[in-house]
Amino acid sequence: ENCPRQNRSSNSFDEESLSEEELAMLMEQVEQRKKLISTMRNKPWRMVKKLSVLREAQAFVEKFEGALGKGKGKKLYAYKMMMAKKWVKFKRDFDNFKTQCIPWEMKIKEVESHFGSSVASYFIFLRWMYGVNLVLFGLIFGLVIIPEILMGMPYGSMPRKTVPRAEQATAMDFSVLWDFEGYIKYSALFYGYYNNQRTIGWLKYRLPMAYFMVGISVFGYSLMVVIRSMARNANQSTADGDDDNFIFSWKMFTSWDYLIGNPETADNKFASITTGFKESIVDEQESNKDENIHLRRFLRVLANVLIICCLCGSGYLIYFVVKRSQTFSKMQNVGWYERNEVEIVMSLLGMFCPPLFETIAALENYHPRIGLKWQLGRIFALFLGNLYTFLLALMDDVNEKLAEEDVVKNITRWMLLGHHNSSMGNSSADTPPPLDPADVPRGPCWETTVGIEFVRLTVSDILVTYVTILVGDFIRACFVRFVNYCWCWDLEAGFPSYAEFDISGNVLGLVFNQGMIWMGSFYAPGLVGINVLRLLTSMYFQCWAVMSSNVPHERVFKASKSNNFYMGLLLLILFLSLLPVAYTIMSLPPSFDCGPFSGKKRMYEVIQETIELDFPLFIAKIFSYMANPGLIIPAILLMVNSLRKIPIKLKINQHPSTCLKLLTHVNLNKNDQLL
Amino acid sequence: MTVFLLVYRLHGRYHEMAPNVVPMDYTKDPDVKLPMQLIINMPELKENPFKERIVESFSEDGEGSLSFNDFVDMFSVLSEMAPRELKAIYAFKIYDFNTDNFICKADLEKTLNKLTREELTAEEITLVCEKVIEEADMDGDGKLGFADFENMISKAPDFLSFSFMFHI
Repeated sequence: ENCPRQNRSSNSFDEESLSEEELAMLMEQVEQRKKLISTMRNKPWRMVKKLSVLREAQAFVEKFEGALGKGKGKKLYAYKMMMAKKWVKFKRDFDNFKTQCIPWEMKIKEVESHFGSSVASYFIFLRWMYGVNLVLFGLIFGLVIIPEILMGMPYGSMPRKTVPRAEQATAMDFSVLWDFEGYIKYSALFYGYYNNQRTIGWLKYRLPMAYFMVGISVFGYSLMVVIRSMARNANQSTADGDDDNFIFSWKMFTSWDYLIGNPETADNKFASITTGFKESIVDEQESNKDENIHLRRFLRVLANVLIICCLCGSGYLIYFVVKRSQTFSKMQNVGWYERNEVEIVMSLLGMFCPPLFETIAALENYHPRIGLKWQLGRIFALFLGNLYTFLLALMDDVNEKLAEEDVVKNITRWMLLGHHNSSMGNSSADTPPPLDPADVPRGPCWETTVGIEFVRLTVSDILVTYVTILVGDFIRACFVRFVNYCWCWDLEAGFPSYAEFDISGNVLGLVFNQGMIWMGSFYAPGLVGINVLRLLTSMYFQCWAVMSSNVPHERVFKASKSNNFYMGLLLLILFLSLLPVAYTIMSLPPSFDCGPFSGKKRMYEVIQETIELDFPLFIAKIFSYMANPGLIIPAILLMVNSLRKIPIKLKINQHPSTCLKLLTHVNLNKNDQLL
Repeated sequence: MTVFLLVYRLHGRYHEMAPNVVPMDYTKDPDVKLPMQLIINMPELKENPFKERIVESFSEDGEGSLSFNDFVDMFSVLSEMAPRELKAIYAFKIYDFNTDNFICKADLEKTLNKLTREELTAEEITLVCEKVIEEADMDGDGKLGFADFENMISKAPDFLSFSFMFHI
């Protein structure tokens, strides 16, 4: 850091007298100082030394930077530097502001200090989901719901926006509203309310086009956000490669959770660390033992067979129940149970099958971490199977409704004709008085039905979750605490004791809930709003429940090394929810009398229509050439290829210490051979 | 939060530990050091089994008394923003109980006893320490140098998430 030129420059500083090479040297030194300033954080010096070196370097840079431009360029250079500095400062201030705006930070920190970082990671995930859903809600609300409400036709002006005459008597009843029929069904919450008018209002807002594009961009935005989050997580965590090489070292040096501030949690952590060490020691000693491989394999195959039977059984049960609900809907006088049978059965299956799987998995005798992965995989298969069976059964319903449409169209035609003739007979006017919208016979509007089913499923899922938390955690804790005084055995130590927070169950629940939202939001735009409310209340409710009724985990097993396991699940669910929506958009004809695409043969025709009518002619020609499968298939392949390259690129960025280890091992081997 | 706010908060915490000794005005660079007993009673450190070693590693005299500069140093290395390499350097210092720049078997035994509150038997302790050296010692000298430690800890998934970090 000695600068021989420093004295000379500070004494006789005259830009004209600095030669080219002196200028270059000065620039190099300024760059050197700047590099030192930026890497100061990484140096393990004492604070005093850091401060003095930093001050010196900053003074040097400030003094000579402005002088580095040549002649006329000097002022411009100095100005550019000043603007660059201002921009950096602005960005930093903005980042700080953004950090301060993050909601619930103190709440999550409190949970973290009591329960450790794995429980807190669930709440951080919940908060992230809330942010994503808020953006989706903003998109849908601002671009679809508000324009229709403000600029579209009001309630009661059209058949699709009016409650039919037959239902008007009961349309305000709570039980009808709770089933999302009545006034709610004919509101902007559902697909059927929207008019197919190409432009609405004085803004000439293209609502059908907007509806379609918002539906697509919901998936596009979610995909982008999930992938970005996965990339960020992958950068922070290391490759999942060398799992077994450092078990004891990592246990020794990274098992203590520095965020623990609570003595009870610390006690638990000490106990869990001790247990962890004992288990690893036992594992190490047992791995040298022989065991009966054949028996173990047989038991594992048996367990898998049993579980596949359970999955098939639950799939069949759901199919059966959905079919039955269709016959119920044709009956009169259905009780509350018959109306809600499907949701109840699905929720019960979701509650009781996972513990059943765990019991069967006791046959398999896996290491707990591997066992947890199998368990999560099976729960995933269960939910997926249930959801898709539900969808298949729903598809049958939809096809039935589509067939019904033709019948209704005929009825409408005859009815209008009859109305025509009767009113023509009474008056001599040319045009008959229009039929009241409430009296027009309606098509079955399958999209709204699908939307209603998803909304009901979501609502019942919310209720079941909250009731489970209330009963399973809170009431149990109250029972254990207060009844313990007059009970024969120690309730707190033995059964049932206080509940632990089920991280993986809750995260999976969140992931699947989001999948249902993605599936249903195209047919029920209001569903995302309901989900936003749900996530908001969940945050407060679950934080309260965890702090008041749960105890910290005795043993901590994470399913994966990073959060990417759950993000990967979310990505998978995103694709799987995209499939049914894409299928219905591409191959099912929209209802003829409800929704923004009514009257078209396929929903995507709205794009062609917009291009033909709103854009200049040559763009339409370009699009018609581009819509050739010969161009689209290579484009899709290119996209898939580049998506595939992302995890490879991320792995390359990892620490290159794998090379070091390889070299060291080679050297050691060489030494052995020499000896 | 901004660096300024962070330092301001840290100064508040430093001051409240010994209000009679720590001045509110630091412009004249006063030479004040707080002893280890006060610092290890902070809520962030109280439950940590390595609290004495942490404070010793950041103190200039190695005895555990921290000036305000050392105090800020400690929290900045243990914060979320500190780079991994820096944390690895200080982690090595902390686990090196006898400060000989190597983590030898005795250091490992002390670490293990602190982690498990001496609940493991002597054989179990020996087994674990031998396994650790077997896993991480690359150059075959029977103890962990900084290169061995860094190589091992850089792959650890939990090293940056909750191990070796405070939230202030």
